[in-house]
Amino acid sequence: MLLARTLDEKFASLYRAGKIHGGVFLGRGQEALSVAVGLNLRKGDVFAPLIRDQAGRLAFGETLLDAARTYLGSALGPMRGRDGNVHRGRPREGYLPMISHLGAMIAVVNGTLLARRFKGVLRTVGATCIGEGATSTGSFHEAINQAAVEKLPLVLVIANNQYAYSTPSSRQFACTSLADRASGYGVDAHSVDGTELAACLSVLAEAVERAREGHGPQMVVARLLRLCGHGEHDDASYVDPRLKASPLGRDCLKVAEQNLLSRQWADAVTIEGWRCEAVHKVEEAVATALREPTPDPYKENWCALASKHLVETHPEV
Amino acid sequence: MSITYLEAIREAQARALAEDPRVFIYGQDVGAFGGAFKATKNLAQEFPGRVIDAPISEDAIVGAAIGAAVEGMRPIIEMQFADFSTPGFNQIVNHAATLYWRTQVPCPITIRLPSGGTSGSGPFHSQSMETLYAHYPGLIVMTPATVEDAYSMLLEAVALDDPVIFCEHKLLYNHLKAESLPTEAVPVGKARLARPGRDMTIVAYSAMVHEALAVADELASEGTEVEIVDLRSIKPLDTDTVMASVARTGRLLCVGESWPWGGVTAEVVSRVACEGFGLLDAPPQRLNAKDTPVPYHPNLWAAHRPTARSIAAAARRLLRI
Repeated sequence: MLLARTLDEKFASLYRAGKIHGGVFLGRGQEALSVAVGLNLRKGDVFAPLIRDQAGRLAFGETLLDAARTYLGSALGPMRGRDGNVHRGRPREGYLPMISHLGAMIAVVNGTLLARRFKGVLRTVGATCIGEGATSTGSFHEAINQAAVEKLPLVLVIANNQYAYSTPSSRQFACTSLADRASGYGVDAHSVDGTELAACLSVLAEAVERAREGHGPQMVVARLLRLCGHGEHDDASYVDPRLKASPLGRDCLKVAEQNLLSRQWADAVTIEGWRCEAVHKVEEAVATALREPTPDPYKENWCALASKHLVETHPEV
Repeated sequence: MSITYLEAIREAQARALAEDPRVFIYGQDVGAFGGAFKATKNLAQEFPGRVIDAPISEDAIVGAAIGAAVEGMRPIIEMQFADFSTPGFNQIVNHAATLYWRTQVPCPITIRLPSGGTSGSGPFHSQSMETLYAHYPGLIVMTPATVEDAYSMLLEAVALDDPVIFCEHKLLYNHLKAESLPTEAVPVGKARLARPGRDMTIVAYSAMVHEALAVADELASEGTEVEIVDLRSIKPLDTDTVMASVARTGRLLCVGESWPWGGVTAEVVSRVACEGFGLLDAPPQRLNAKDTPVPYHPNLWAAHRPTARSIAAAARRLLRI
């Protein structure tokens, strides 16, 4: 969580300094939920994160350098400048790179799980994260239903962070809780306070375990508040101050720190040490990525097909 | 023994399933029922667990195929009707088509689109979608016009490491027959000279090849020799074969069943005009369906799409220029 927050803050400052092309999207306020997803997955599982999942990505095994290289456009990163920011992954390692169209990753995770069933690979699960906004898409409906029909070990994590860009939940859905939808699909539902790390860890542990044990898709709905804009270009002035002042508006990282202190599992000096270590690691990764070459259009092969012999040539622009 | 275009598609899928354990078929009604057109007849029984009925969820069907492909499988998706691929459009063009470019991980999926008009099918069961998919980088678009190509190109589609849009024409399903399945094939990416001639070139693909062949027969009786080029795949488009034909004949008519704005015929004419203007003895012509939804009633439908009659009229006009 701390490492993800530190990395996110570094990206935000690089964005403000004009060092990052395109958008920057933070997970502030969602780290507890996100890290709980990543920590409960094992090597061999599948993870398709969304834009606010830096914590989950790191917990699943993404390196700081992969993140820094993609945001900073290094030619050496996993996307090599062809795609950027949160659109990164390593599909061969079960870490799927999101597309921007919301809800689209759910069915793709389903497909990886179907493939594993064909291949006789058992006891792996696939998890993906969406916000409450994505639950309004047809893709969401099609994919959760598909997972239920096929009884796939899918863990679908919904962060109800109260706003989809600027649209409040009241303009997104009319049911009391999104978790109520689960029974309509014939899947298990879990609700959790997304500001409490311990609660997130235990609920995700249960959901992942149930999926792994063959109980079919698990829907996890977390209540929390997005503590930043949609992206760093957005000042989020539309967020209701009453929500910020409510329990939903608590910062999960501060809540977790307070818990550590009050339970005397760590003291302030130790936590400060972790913070310094996180800053050091992040600075090192960013410095490395900044030194690396950026993509060269003259070395780019401009080839969208794996079947090179079928590529058409067109007059040069 | 004879085999139909539809049976060739079924046999190609049977062979792909038999030869490659990574292949599976996923789509609506493809299982025990054998598909809306019976293109997967008995395959669920012959290959238990590998021919799977899907819910009516085109987006999720393609999405799942992408995920399975990432894991090393080679799914064949049946869209029931090409028209119904539009709810899956996002996953096809934004996800399947971009995956290799973004990640260098191939996305070998074959999406079968039962395409084109048949009498009485109306606006939502008659469409030709090849233009839309050909527009997007990262997709291969095949449009077989013969029994032999339906078989060999479908096998090649499954073997390729890229997403393939396989446009099979419904009108050809049952009435197009061959003596046997082919043992060798022209590779994808090469057009076929369907009929040699010296007076003009008609470039066509899919069912329109057969309309054009009928025109060539008719005009031959009047002493005009029409050369027919069957594109076979529209992406990649074999410009070289088209250009070589135009170099011989000096006249080009390009015929397609889809709508007139843009599309394959426009692309062919554009390429010939840009790269082979000096080869032309007359302005290149194109003939497409009318710019309306595909009509239901047979009287209207027959007038909506190019037919041997309208192609012959266009060919005669071109010969007079």
